[in-house]
Amino acid sequence: MHPIAEKYLRKTSLPSIYCPGCGHGTVLNAFLRVVDDLDIMDDLGLVGGIGCSSWTPVFVNTDVLHTLHGRAIAMATGLKLANPRRHVVVFTGDGDCLGIGGNHFLHGARRNIDLTVIMLDNGIYGMTGGQVAPTTPTDAKTQTSPYGNPEPPMDSCAVAISCGATYVARWTSAHPLGLQKAIKEAIRHKGFSFIQAISQCPTQAGRYIYGTGKPVDLFRLIKENSVTLAKAEKMSPEALEGKILVGKLYQDETKPELSEKIYGMMTQ
Amino acid sequence: MNQKRKKKTIKQICIDENYCKGCYLCIEQCPAAVYEISSKRNAKGYLVPEVARFEDCTGCMLCELTCPDMAITVEKEENEK
Repeated sequence: MHPIAEKYLRKTSLPSIYCPGCGHGTVLNAFLRVVDDLDIMDDLGLVGGIGCSSWTPVFVNTDVLHTLHGRAIAMATGLKLANPRRHVVVFTGDGDCLGIGGNHFLHGARRNIDLTVIMLDNGIYGMTGGQVAPTTPTDAKTQTSPYGNPEPPMDSCAVAISCGATYVARWTSAHPLGLQKAIKEAIRHKGFSFIQAISQCPTQAGRYIYGTGKPVDLFRLIKENSVTLAKAEKMSPEALEGKILVGKLYQDETKPELSEKIYGMMTQ
Repeated sequence: MNQKRKKKTIKQICIDENYCKGCYLCIEQCPAAVYEISSKRNAKGYLVPEVARFEDCTGCMLCELTCPDMAITVEKEENEK
């Protein structure tokens, strides 16, 4: 086992609950490296909702809130306002963040509170058996859409930017270095930071949407479909259709942060 | 010359069999094809990958960064960071 994992993970909850080849583990791996790099273990407050993705903070040997389905950002807001010196990091899934907790996500971004929200996006409700999530591709066959999903997927990064989030990035589990850099920047950034971390789900999305349960094939699919922002500038809109744009999409340092503003009012 | 320098920096690659789940993302991610699926099963019954071509390793650390269970450790020489 890697020394970083040895240092920061709870031995009693290992091996992790993730299926073989799940991309969520890679995101946890990147996050632990950032924690080690910045040395912020004692000031961390991790929050997770319900779902595979929201199990991620439970393995870390620090203060963790494992809350109701979709309410992770609401709980994190309270935690941050109670103790603004904490680095509050929210691990949430696509269904947890955009479906059940969609309202909290919109208002968290609008308030620009200093949270780091890492949305692990596998495009399906994995833990509950493979139902349609807000990010499931159109025409995808799942347990609740046996004739194909009639709805278009949601662009979470565009929603975050339009609601007022001040740091927005999108990476995938196939880009561990980019993900690591984005998590580091997001934790350092003062304001609502949102990272969409696309990851593969071999058990549910893989078998029923993409027709393969092999992690390697799904990993390759994500890798081949991703285009960095620098490359995308030189490509035509037709060539970019169906591709995943990865990189830092938006950053704004000028907007006032909520907890600073509230504590400023209190000391006046 | 560059390759010689790189070879020196990697001491060893450890794969913790107790935590490996046999997803083989390390094999997919490695640009130098260092890993191969071995015939050895771990306690959970997965065929664990093995380091077949250690001398080809460039020290890019992608396997270590990608491993979802943090089972891989690429040990570098002490004087190198």
